[in-house]
Amino acid sequence: MSGPDPAARQKGVRQSYSYPKYPFRRPAAVDSGTVEHQRVVIVGAGSVGLAAAVEFACLGIETVVLDDDDTVSAGSRAICWSKRTLEVLDRSGVAEPMVDKGVIWRQGRVYRGEREIYNFDLLPEAGHKMPAFINLQQYHTEEYLVDRAVTLGKTDLRWRNAVVDIDLDLDDGDPDDGGDLQGGGGALLTVDTPDGRYQIRADYVLAADGVRSTLRRAMGLEFQGRTFEERFLITDIRMNADFPMERRFWFEPSFHAGQSALLHRQPDNIYRIDLQLGPDADPVEESKPERVIPRVCKMVGEDLDFDLEWISVYTFTCRRMERFRHGPVFFVGDAAHVVSPFGARGGNGGIQDIDNLVWKLALVLGGEAPAALLDSYDAERLPAADENILNSARSTDFMTPKNQVSADFRRAVLSLAERAPFARTLVNSGRLSLPHVYAATALSTGDDDAFAGDGPVPGASALDAPVLLNGAQSWLLNHLGQRFVALCFVDPEALGDDWIKAWSKALASLTPSVDLVVVGRSDIASRSSIAILDDISGQAFARWAAKPGSVYLLRPDQHVAARWLEAPTVSVLAAALARAIARKEAG
Amino acid sequence: MGRLSTEPRITRPDDFYEALIKAHRGLSDEQSRQLNASLILILANQVGDFEVLQQALNLAQEDGVARD
Repeated sequence: MSGPDPAARQKGVRQSYSYPKYPFRRPAAVDSGTVEHQRVVIVGAGSVGLAAAVEFACLGIETVVLDDDDTVSAGSRAICWSKRTLEVLDRSGVAEPMVDKGVIWRQGRVYRGEREIYNFDLLPEAGHKMPAFINLQQYHTEEYLVDRAVTLGKTDLRWRNAVVDIDLDLDDGDPDDGGDLQGGGGALLTVDTPDGRYQIRADYVLAADGVRSTLRRAMGLEFQGRTFEERFLITDIRMNADFPMERRFWFEPSFHAGQSALLHRQPDNIYRIDLQLGPDADPVEESKPERVIPRVCKMVGEDLDFDLEWISVYTFTCRRMERFRHGPVFFVGDAAHVVSPFGARGGNGGIQDIDNLVWKLALVLGGEAPAALLDSYDAERLPAADENILNSARSTDFMTPKNQVSADFRRAVLSLAERAPFARTLVNSGRLSLPHVYAATALSTGDDDAFAGDGPVPGASALDAPVLLNGAQSWLLNHLGQRFVALCFVDPEALGDDWIKAWSKALASLTPSVDLVVVGRSDIASRSSIAILDDISGQAFARWAAKPGSVYLLRPDQHVAARWLEAPTVSVLAAALARAIARKEAG
Repeated sequence: MGRLSTEPRITRPDDFYEALIKAHRGLSDEQSRQLNASLILILANQVGDFEVLQQALNLAQEDGVARD
């Protein structure tokens, strides 16, 4: 999304949330005048930058986070956090407070006028730790991320440290490459603080500085795409009401003639309302409380008392950079790509960026993978951004028909939808964020045909299932991620303890080392001397389309690198591992 | 991949054609457009296969160009 119109801030609009104020500490380099050196600098302490910092911290890597402000996200921004985002953040211990605080939902209802034309369930099956979606204000998410970063103790959070310039033309001391960008010369950041200016030379920079990215502009990089002319009003209201925990979308609602409307419930009795205003709406007039209040009254009912928390009038853009990696600088989140909000693909897309990037940087920094692994960030995340842009542009087009024929077809779809189920699949009120499958990545090993395409294919993210570990309830996903894992499905007849021990030892000796995680049916889990995840419900075997002997190689971001329906040899698995870290094997 | 059939498949073609024109009788232009849009969607669902639908779109587009 493009940012809120500054004129949108009005009297009579007040957020009930009290913003934390994080302390500014004078960086030592301000006084010493020397150029500080850091391995990883994250520019921007938004949800994406902070999520990167905590993931790095979990992998044992210290980072510096620079932010020009001293608090969390202002205003009303991301609210819908997807199951995959929660799974990623669960690895670093942030998802549980989010889920505890958030409004859990999985159902959406779509209305035309007053009438419901259809509803959908985003997670119709049980047996997943994380819900389909939670609604949670971005400021809460960021507060939990800051708390976690402080607890983990490996993040140097520098508030009111504004990056004002970046210089990439650094000599890395290697005479052969002329100090070129790929050569590891890093980036020189110039940082302004209330107490003065200083510089940091960073080996790697994550540009997580949002849609108006300072780094992107300082580097003169383009940000191209489509702007939608339609204006939308976003308002958050606080009221004591008991609307169900679901997403409600109206086409042509009676309370807002000819347009569309979206209602989301958030924690703290706050509701997000999104109203389509048309291309000719005056953003200044439309964001005045005296204009907004009657619109909201018509929507929620005249008898309900509410307070205005936030008002802004937006237009939407779908844009992305041509490439996200520029030498030592990696653009993530809104700095790299921006989408319209229908589909919750902005914040969730950004979290998947850092999910993809952090482990790669960690392995390269640790000397366990070649620098070529970093090229896969663009190869994997550019198609993901395109998928998000495609879906959000299609939703926006459906909501705002641009010509007679698209208006005609939309009307036909909406009126058929009530009577004919097929037409419901064409109604597009937002295609909600799903994890991207890295279908064409060079890091994956070709699929084992014996799976016949069932279960998570190479490039797909891992699927959860309830398991027991030593009799205690646990979740499969909590045993995967943050290192390479060979997930083995076993049966006592096929594989005994000796096999498991031998494999475990062989995999541990690979570089990077691979952890063996064993899933078995309950009959052996209790007998084995090895820690085995007991597939109590059979859902792990079923979801992964596994047989006893099946093995999945999972990357640290829990995406499948390779899989075999029948157990491979260690050397076959080692070759898939080499491929997954872009290492060229001799021969 | 499915293939679009351009061989005759409509049973009672004259009856169908008459019914199609009759369905529009007495409708305003706007109502006619609406009827056509609904009909296209209903028939598209009956075809189902995206590949076949794409071939149908291509044929219709070529036909449009040929007439211009």
